[in-house]
This record gives sequence, C-alpha cells and structure tokens, in this order.
Amino acid sequence: MRVIKEAIAGTLESSDLLVKVAPSDTGRLDIVIQSEVIKQFGKQIKRVVTDTLDKLSVSEGSIVIEDKGALDCVIRARVQAAVLRGSDSDEADWGKLS
Amino acid sequence: MKLRRSMLFVPGDNAAALSTAFVYKPDSIMFDLEDAVSPREKDSARLLVFQALRHPAYQEIETVVRINGLNTEFGLKDLEAAVRGGVDVVRLPKTDSADEIHELEAHVVRIEKACGRLVGDTKLMAAIESASGVVNAVAIATASPRMIAIAIAGFDYLVDMHTKRSGGSEPELFYARAAVLHAARAAHIDAFDVVYGDVNDDEGFLREVTIARQLGFDGKSLIHPRQVELLHRAYAPTPQEVEHARRVLAAAETAHHNGLGVVALDGKMIDPPVIEEAEMVLQRAEAS
Amino acid sequence: MNNFLTQLPRQDAELGQLRPFAGANAQTPYLANSETKFHRKLCGSLEEAIKRSGLQDGMTISFHHAFREGDKVVNTVVDAVARMGFRNLTLASSSLLNCHDPLIEHIKNDVITQIYTSGLRGKLAETVSNGLMKRPVQIHSHGGRVHLLQTGELKIDVAFLGVACCDEFGNANGSHGKLSCGSLGYAKVDVQYARQVVLLTEELVGFPNYPVSISQDRVDLIVRVDGVGDPSLISVGAARVTRNPRELLIARRAADVIEHSGYFKDGFSMQTGSGAAATAATRFLEERMSRNGITASFALGGITGSIVDLHKKGLIKTVVDVQSFDRDAAESLRTSPGHLEISANEYANLTSKAAYVDRVDVVILSALEIDLDFNVNVITGSDGVMRGASGGHCDVAAAANLTIIVAPLVRSRIPTVVRRVTTLLTPGESIDVLVTDHGIAVNPKRPELEQRLRDARLPVMTIEELHQRAVTLTGEPEPLEFTERIVGVIRYRDGSVIDVVRQVRN
Repeated sequence: MRVIKEAIAGTLESSDLLVKVAPSDTGRLDIVIQSEVIKQFGKQIKRVVTDTLDKLSVSEGSIVIEDKGALDCVIRARVQAAVLRGSDSDEADWGKLS
Repeated sequence: MKLRRSMLFVPGDNAAALSTAFVYKPDSIMFDLEDAVSPREKDSARLLVFQALRHPAYQEIETVVRINGLNTEFGLKDLEAAVRGGVDVVRLPKTDSADEIHELEAHVVRIEKACGRLVGDTKLMAAIESASGVVNAVAIATASPRMIAIAIAGFDYLVDMHTKRSGGSEPELFYARAAVLHAARAAHIDAFDVVYGDVNDDEGFLREVTIARQLGFDGKSLIHPRQVELLHRAYAPTPQEVEHARRVLAAAETAHHNGLGVVALDGKMIDPPVIEEAEMVLQRAEAS
Repeated sequence: MNNFLTQLPRQDAELGQLRPFAGANAQTPYLANSETKFHRKLCGSLEEAIKRSGLQDGMTISFHHAFREGDKVVNTVVDAVARMGFRNLTLASSSLLNCHDPLIEHIKNDVITQIYTSGLRGKLAETVSNGLMKRPVQIHSHGGRVHLLQTGELKIDVAFLGVACCDEFGNANGSHGKLSCGSLGYAKVDVQYARQVVLLTEELVGFPNYPVSISQDRVDLIVRVDGVGDPSLISVGAARVTRNPRELLIARRAADVIEHSGYFKDGFSMQTGSGAAATAATRFLEERMSRNGITASFALGGITGSIVDLHKKGLIKTVVDVQSFDRDAAESLRTSPGHLEISANEYANLTSKAAYVDRVDVVILSALEIDLDFNVNVITGSDGVMRGASGGHCDVAAAANLTIIVAPLVRSRIPTVVRRVTTLLTPGESIDVLVTDHGIAVNPKRPELEQRLRDARLPVMTIEELHQRAVTLTGEPEPLEFTERIVGVIRYRDGSVIDVVRQVRN
C-alpha cells in the first residue's frame, strides 16, 4: 500500500491516539511518536506501529503519532485507518489487518 | 442456556469505551457501527471494532456488532470486519422482512467460508424499527436457525408510527412489544426491550425494566454502563422465587431418578416449560 | 522596714537570684498605654510583621493548606520575604498544591533552599523531580509532620497562618467568614510549636472572637491583608458524587467489601480519602447502613459533603474533622454540635498521647500504584515524577482495622497494579484489601477476611492475577530510568526513611 495523500485518523481523547500520515519526500519511513506514556511504553508503541505498517506493506511515508495512552489494539486500528485513508486503495485487505 | 439480560451498546468509534466496556460484565456487548458513528468515521470505527473483537478481554463476553444496513455503502464492509473479527452475533438494524435476514445470512456464509470460520458459527439478531418490521416479526424471527434474538428499537419505530414516547404506561409501544415478544417465543429466541435514553433517571429506568420483565422480555438494550448493574438487580429473582425454583428442579430430579415420566410438586403436575423456567430463575440468581 | 532584699541572698544563694519587684508594668509596658494594650499585635503590613517576627536567613517558615487551591498565603509571604532579601529559608507547609508553582522562582533564587511538605503538585513537583533543588524535599505524612516537630528535627521559627476571621488579640477560626475553609487542624499544630505565630486575615472582627480554634495566648502578630485566599477555590460546593461508571463500579464493590468484612456493625467507625471512588463509596454504604440499621459512631478525615450528608441523616453520629474539603463540610463544622475540629496531632501523630486514627475500623484510600506485596505509592506517577501527597495515608493505614485501597486496574495505559512500586509510601503490611474494577485482592495475611469475601461471592482473586490482567491489557512497562541523585526523601510516620525519589533520567 502506498501513502499518496495526507490523512488523519483517531482523536486526542484519553485512551486514543491521533495518527497523521503523509507521502514521504525522503523515500523512507519516518515515524515520530509523542506519547503520554513514552517512557513506559515508547518501545512497545513503536513496535506495534512498525508491525502494522509492515503488514500493510507501507515502506515510505511520514507517520506522526500523538498518543494519549491507547492500548495496542487501538493503535493498530488507528494506524490502519490513517493509512487506508491516505492510500490509493479503497478496500481493506482483511488478511493484512490481523 | 445463555443469559441475555443486558446488551450494552458501545459506540464503535470511542477508543476509551472499547478499552474498558468489558469491566461492567454485561451479558452481551454490542459494538455499534450504525447510529453512534458519523459517516466520516465509519471506516475508522470499523477497524477499531475489528481489533477490539480480537482482544483477549472480549473473548469471554458475548460480542455483538450492529452493522449498518446492507442497503448502505457501509453495511457489507462492516459485515466483513465483524465476521472476520470473530463476532458472536451480527445485529441487523431496521429489519423489515425475512428476506433481509436471508440476504444477510447468505453474505455471512460467504465470508465465513472465505476466512476459514466454521460455517454457522456467526449468529444473527434482528432489530425491529418500523411498522413493517413489527407485522413481519414472526417471519423475521424464524427466518434462520442462526437467529438468536429479536429486539425492538423504540425511537425509529415510533417515528415510523407518527408518534413518540409518552412516558408512563406507554400504550404507543404496547403492540410492538407484544408482537416482538410473541415472535420471539414462537421462534424460541430471546426478546430485547427498547433502550431507555435518560441515563440520569434511575427510577424511570427501573419502572420500565419492571414492565418489560413482567411482559416477559429476556433483556434490554442498554446505552450506559450504569444501567447494567441496575438491570441485573431488577432481574434477580426473589428468595421465594429461588426457593420455588429449587424445589421444582428437585422434583424433576427425583422423577427422573425414579424413572417416572411425570413430575409432580405439591400435588400439581409440572410441565417441561416450568422446569425450563426454573432453570432460568436459578441461572439469573447465580449471575446476580 | 522589710529589708528582704538583703535577707534573701544571705539565707539562700538561690533565693538571691530572684529579681526584685520594679513596678506594676515593668514587664508589661504596653499595658500603660491603651493603644498598645489592645492593638500591640496588629501590624500595618506584611513587611512589618515579618520584621517584627525576627525572621533571619536560614530560618524555617511554616504554612497550612486548609485553603487548598484557593491559598494565597504561601505565595504572598514568600514573595515578601524574597523582596526583603531573605535567603536560605526552609519552607514547611503541611502540603503544597498546584497554586504554589510561583515558588519555583524563589527556589531558583535561593530564597527557599529546603522544603518539608506532605505533597507536591503541578509544575513545582515536576521541576523538583527534575532536580531543581540542591537539597532533597522531605515528604512526610500529616501525623509524621507533628512527630518531626516533636523530635525537634523540624523547628518552626515563624508560622504564617491564614485564618478566616480573627480578633486583634489573635482568637481565630477557619469556620466563620467569607474565606471560611472549615477545620484549621493543621494550623493548630504550627500554633503550638512555632516560635513566632503570625496570623493573616482579611477579616478583623470584634473582641472576643469565637469559636476559638487558635487562641490568643499563642499568637504573636496579626496582619490584615487582602488576598489571603480565593473564596471560589477554597470552599467549592460539595463535589457531586461522581457519575463516572467505572468509579461507581469500584465504589459499590468497596461498599460490598465493607458490608461483608465483619467490621460492619452498629457503632463502627470509618474514614474515606478524597478521591472520587472513595467518596462515592460513602453513598453506597448509606443504603447498606439504612437497610441493616447500622449507625457509625464517627467518621474521620478529610471530611466531604457526602459524610456530612450521612451525619445529617443520623447515620454518622460524630464527624471528626482535621480538614474540611468542601463548603458543606465547613458549614457543618459551623452548625453541628456533633462535628468536631481536631488538630493533626490529635488526628494521626503516633507520638501524641492518643490519635483518632487508632480508633478507625474501616478506611478507604486511593493509590497511584500498588505492587504484588500490597505496598502503595501515592506520590510519584508512573513516569517517576512527583504528583501527589502522602497526606494521612500511612498514618491511618497503619492503625485502622481494615484498610481498603480503591483504584481502577489501569488508568488509560498506565497499570495501577505493578510488580514493584516506583516509590514506597505505605508498606504492604498496612494494606488489607485492593478493590479494582476487574476484581478484589486480599492481603494473604488476612485469610479469614478473604474467606468471608469469597463466601459472599465477591469477585476475589490474587493480586498476581490482577497484575496479569493489567499486563495483558497494557503490555509490560519498561522500567523507569533514574539518575543517582536523590530529589525527595520519603519519611514514614515515625520519622524513619522508607524510600527516596530519584531524579528521572531524560
């Protein structure tokens, strides 16, 4: 999947996160994570985000995350939603979202 | 026998609610992708619900997803997410005819096969929200062996009927309640009463629950976690009811033990439905 | 003539040391002048009061926190002493709140170089946690503060105490007047131990003022100033019982635990902390008390409108108040004969001759963290930064018959139940039951209590199970990284050091 336009998913409510995706001008994957629990779960959040992007075959793009203490399942869902919204694809390929 | 007293609605786009709803231990949790979610957020909510369905915390509670109608651009996608996510029951809103259940079932079969889920595993329930739904209630309730419940959704139904809720004894809901109940009983499935919208009015809520219970409703759709505990307590049998139920089951046990075909208690014959009811009473007592 | 002046020393050398009479007002010259007789304590300004108090660099100044977020005394006084050029002062406030952030500047300028307090919040807490002060903050409990005063470790040179109303001789209270805050329980202790007592008030009233929480015989100076406190923030309306369904769930469960604990008998005594779930539990207790015909002999605290409500309904006979949390509590202190004001010494000091906490049957407290040994942290967040208060936590937990902690199992993504607390404040041996929204855990040293709760079919599980559930939800948190530098010393109620707070590594 390719990120071809800017897109946002999620909210800044407690237990949620805001995910902004944009096409990359570096040809790389740039992930920036801001979180209320960065010290305790920063690594874990990064893992979940890269894993999700990986499964969606996203290899380039700017991903900015503002996390308000969301659980892993919520992180996955919001990242998937933002990528889908920013991509050229309309259909969720359920096999890649598990 | 699955107890279905409380079906707690959880808005599908609310991350915090999805992350905590299971602590209230309702009998069923319904993730809502329909009325609770704005059109712009349907896609994101669908993904949230998909992920939540697979979360360990929700494996022990019966999960329900209210998909958008199949006649909308969202419905079929919701269904894919729900079935593939492992939902226990799909709730079809605004069900007007048995055909709609057939159509739904066909899609469910297709998706179950596609994702390797046991065909027949996903159950169905219908929400009656119109006059047509009410008059077709029996057909809807018996439309598929997957049907496990039928619910009446008060607000949209009353709009269709050109009226609104009056509070008090509410004659405007009487026929719909009765029709849905009879359909449920004829089909041997569960019947759910309307949502009570005023979350701050405990007394009003309990009044309505008492009526619903007396009519025979198995449960109620709830929109706020506080209502779960209130409902469970209202559905709890009295000590006398529990005592009586125990004696009925003891009598049944004795008869069975002695190889008698007829069960008797206090000189009266006890039919199988009475025994079944006694089992449910004890189940409710256990759960409360 | 009686020539005793020469006789006394001849008879006995000691008698010769006594001073001879030198006039009726030799020692009380102010009595000769009616202006000074009545008004001698009044100061025209805060600066005058500070001068007259004899404050010098390196001394200790003290405050109380009965005005809560509406307090202006700390900032006003510290601003003044800074302007007057004082340095290296120790600040001993019974607690510090968000409104005390302005202290940061004064700490940077070495006006304040040591702090004793039961808690820190806001930016002040954050900057202190990040190494603002050369000397670590001393964190004590409410009872522990009095103990430190008694042992002499904490010596108050000048106490600056805001009061709601005061007469020109210093008879003052917190219960009457525009700035009424209720009980002056913490101030009463400073009045007893400080060398100089300065009262700050917006309302000077006629003599003699009563009721007397602070008596004239311990007051040195009085200054009438505007800006002692913000009434809208001092005594807000009684917090409505929370509508948050998770807090209600936990509160109801806590009431269930009390009901089946074996301590729920007519005449029992209780205390609740100020957290939402703890105060909501009071409402659930009410229905159980009514249903079973049980009245509480007293409620201790930290008094909220919920407690007052039960007092008015006759379900709580006596209210024993060291701090009034809201307007209803302040009002009740004012009007109900069964609502008593007590000092922090009477409340919780282990070396007072008797502390009320010793008589508490059931107490409900909250926690930021609780670990597998039931140790509790109420002072540092999961990021290692200070953001809470010791308060009376370890005091009442040590003494009460049944100590219940109420808390959600996870707060957003932060687990409450952890392997090991970030900072230990109240030892696990003082904690009996943990009540969360996922279930209840009982300290293994109370097997009979656990059995009673299981018999009542409450959702009891081990604390390890609760921890597992938390980890399943949030994942296992990375251990926090600290530097070697100690920024806070946690003092248990007996003055011993139970833990320290280190500076977080950034």
